[in-house]
Amino acid sequence: MAGPADLRILVACKRVVDYAVKIRVNAAGTAVETNNLKHSMNPFDEIGAEQAILIKEAFAKSKKTVDVIAVSCGPAKAQETLRTALAMGADRAVHVETNDDLQPLAVAKVLKAIVEKEKPDIVILGKQAIDDDSNQTGQMLAGLLNWPQATFASKVELAEKAMTVTREVDGGIETIKTPLPAILTTDLRLNIPRYASLPNIMKAKKKPLEKIAIASLSIDVAPRIEILKVAEPAKRQGGKTVENVDELISKLKNEAKVL
Amino acid sequence: MMPSFFRPVLSHTLRRAVVLRQGLSNNTVARTQLFRAAFSQTAVKATPSTTVIQETSKSAYKTERDPNFKELSEQDLAFFKSVLPPSSIVQDEDNLSNYNIDWLKRYQGHSKLVLKPSTTEQVSKLLKYCSDNRIAVVPQGGNTGVVGGGTPVFDEVIISTSNMNNIRSFDAISGSLVCDAGCILENLDNFLAENGHIMPLDLGAKGRQVCQIGGNVSTNAGGLRYLRYGSLHGNVLGLEVVLPDGTILNNMSTLRKDNTGYDLKQLFIGAEGTLGIVTGVSIASPKRPKAVNLALLGVDSFDQVIATFKRSKDELCEIVSAFEFWDQASINLVQKHLAVGSNIPLQSSHQFYVLVETSGSNKEHDDEKLGQLLEGLITDGIIQDGVLAQDTTQIRNLWAIREGIPEACSKAGAVYMYDISMPVSVLYKLVEDLKTRFQEKGVFGEGKLIKSVTGFGHMGDGNLHLNVEADAFTPEATGLIEPFIYEWTAENSGSISAEHGLGRMKNQYLHYTKAPEMIDLMRRLKVVFDPKGIMNPYKFFPSS
Repeated sequence: MAGPADLRILVACKRVVDYAVKIRVNAAGTAVETNNLKHSMNPFDEIGAEQAILIKEAFAKSKKTVDVIAVSCGPAKAQETLRTALAMGADRAVHVETNDDLQPLAVAKVLKAIVEKEKPDIVILGKQAIDDDSNQTGQMLAGLLNWPQATFASKVELAEKAMTVTREVDGGIETIKTPLPAILTTDLRLNIPRYASLPNIMKAKKKPLEKIAIASLSIDVAPRIEILKVAEPAKRQGGKTVENVDELISKLKNEAKVL
Repeated sequence: MMPSFFRPVLSHTLRRAVVLRQGLSNNTVARTQLFRAAFSQTAVKATPSTTVIQETSKSAYKTERDPNFKELSEQDLAFFKSVLPPSSIVQDEDNLSNYNIDWLKRYQGHSKLVLKPSTTEQVSKLLKYCSDNRIAVVPQGGNTGVVGGGTPVFDEVIISTSNMNNIRSFDAISGSLVCDAGCILENLDNFLAENGHIMPLDLGAKGRQVCQIGGNVSTNAGGLRYLRYGSLHGNVLGLEVVLPDGTILNNMSTLRKDNTGYDLKQLFIGAEGTLGIVTGVSIASPKRPKAVNLALLGVDSFDQVIATFKRSKDELCEIVSAFEFWDQASINLVQKHLAVGSNIPLQSSHQFYVLVETSGSNKEHDDEKLGQLLEGLITDGIIQDGVLAQDTTQIRNLWAIREGIPEACSKAGAVYMYDISMPVSVLYKLVEDLKTRFQEKGVFGEGKLIKSVTGFGHMGDGNLHLNVEADAFTPEATGLIEPFIYEWTAENSGSISAEHGLGRMKNQYLHYTKAPEMIDLMRRLKVVFDPKGIMNPYKFFPSS
């Protein structure tokens, strides 16, 4: 638990297969192969960490303090992700250690426990993780805490104990205002994450990183969903040219079977 | 008369334009704007005079067309049409312009015919005929060369390897890859990536999308990974070459070691198409690294750049895979002209920037070595600032800064590109001496003839890329730079062309780096391979 601050932000980060890596389905067809592949912080979580740091820097201009805590659930390697968040400017990190794959509901429950401990004003999550594309954790956390939620944020403005969030929705742009505490999930255009600078990387080594064994939280994190099968999308077939309309109709009827 | 490339585009040109646009590099100004205008109605901003090609065959070094070369007749065309299908022959002017104009849009050729064979046998038939009839030939790959070596000077027939793009075989144990000469470097690298290997050379994100391995071999291309994997002279295991008389020289070995007789393939590597056409390449590919790290450092003096280089080699040792540098002028141009310039890390403006890349098989091992190096460099004040990429996207963006420098230079004006190798200790001195020279002559600065001088390059290989951005390609601007730059290089025991080759840009200056006896022997070898002298004439050798 940290000392007093004018605002406290909890940033959730997930270690995922790097965005640029080409992925493959494993031999058994049950999951994406992740062995020996480069991992890094979920890009939307990077945006979340950046937003927290931007808020911290903005508050510092009016001499107010912001405590930014990065949290991640996962195996020992999840700490690499937390160090990235610290190197970007987070003040401290919490690692909830588990070797099991957690589904969004379980993560939301874990985060609820951390929220009850740290009492943040805002919890920032990425809108979804690029490995499972669930887009559920932020919303479920809001439900569990009974907090307001502002998802798919492309712009955030903070006022006294409230924030105005511009959201990217299917129909266009929606602007909402919510009191704090609240959940925020980030979308792509919210900001451009900064690089980790060498001085900050060195400072990050001295920042506190708290480890919590997941069992100590006494939460039921058993999966609720069983994945039956994972398969690659059908490979795109090359196009063919036809000589005349008759051949086209014949192909549509007999090969594509759409007539 | 309007140059042909301003006329509306046709399908083939469109396809090539898309490839070119995706493989954007230097001087794509007019071409991309032309094609963008063809696709949309948006107005095109006026471009600097770089769009007008200044040096045609008539002005460059007062070369005259050799009257001994046959001018194409209907008979010749009939023969070519008997060897190749119509889709492999280009004769219309709009398409021809892509083959006649070089990557930097500095040279305009006047070929009337492009032949695009699909097999080595076809190349053999074509070359034999050209030899028998004394028809001059320019072999062309991706046309990404920067010394005007891949485009015709007059009406030489262009033989393009673009249609020879099959991968023939790959040995998963040794990593040897055998392929046609027209294979695009990026396609080869993608193929190898699926198999856990990597091409031993990399010319940057945009160049590799267009350049072909045959051209890489014929120019002994260097690139960004030279520091780690070495030269093509070491990585090429075998070649298949068609000699000017049509003989197919098959030396497509995949053996790593073979000391039986003169190693003829070495002559073709870097011969710039003057001895024959490379139609097949066998190349050793290293294992693809599992862990890659990239750090961008801000340094305030060149002495500190050298100190950073020394310490990096000391502490990183076998894992360092690239060490690039550039100066403030370079980054200013990138910030001003390129999209990637809007998100450049490192708060303050430094005199020099260094990009250090490590590649290895063990992330923890590499992270620790690199972390210790960077911490030491900052603590000891050798570098002022730096950032470390946290994911592959950041790695790509940092590389995009370095790779974008040539393009940014070309947007600043007519860019004279020089590529010099010299002892690392004086690597930046040429830039300083050149700036001093321009200043003393009062031609340097905004609004003046010479707008800027940028220095960047492969520090690890002692290879400086020096670009001078001028108002236009004019004899006056050229005269300010040459032969000063070549004389300086000779005085410092450097090479006037570290990796770009000679082409038609530097052939007259060969004597600055090679002794007369050597040039003489080269000429004699040329006669042995190409007695009729049809292969890529007017280039490579100084005109006698």
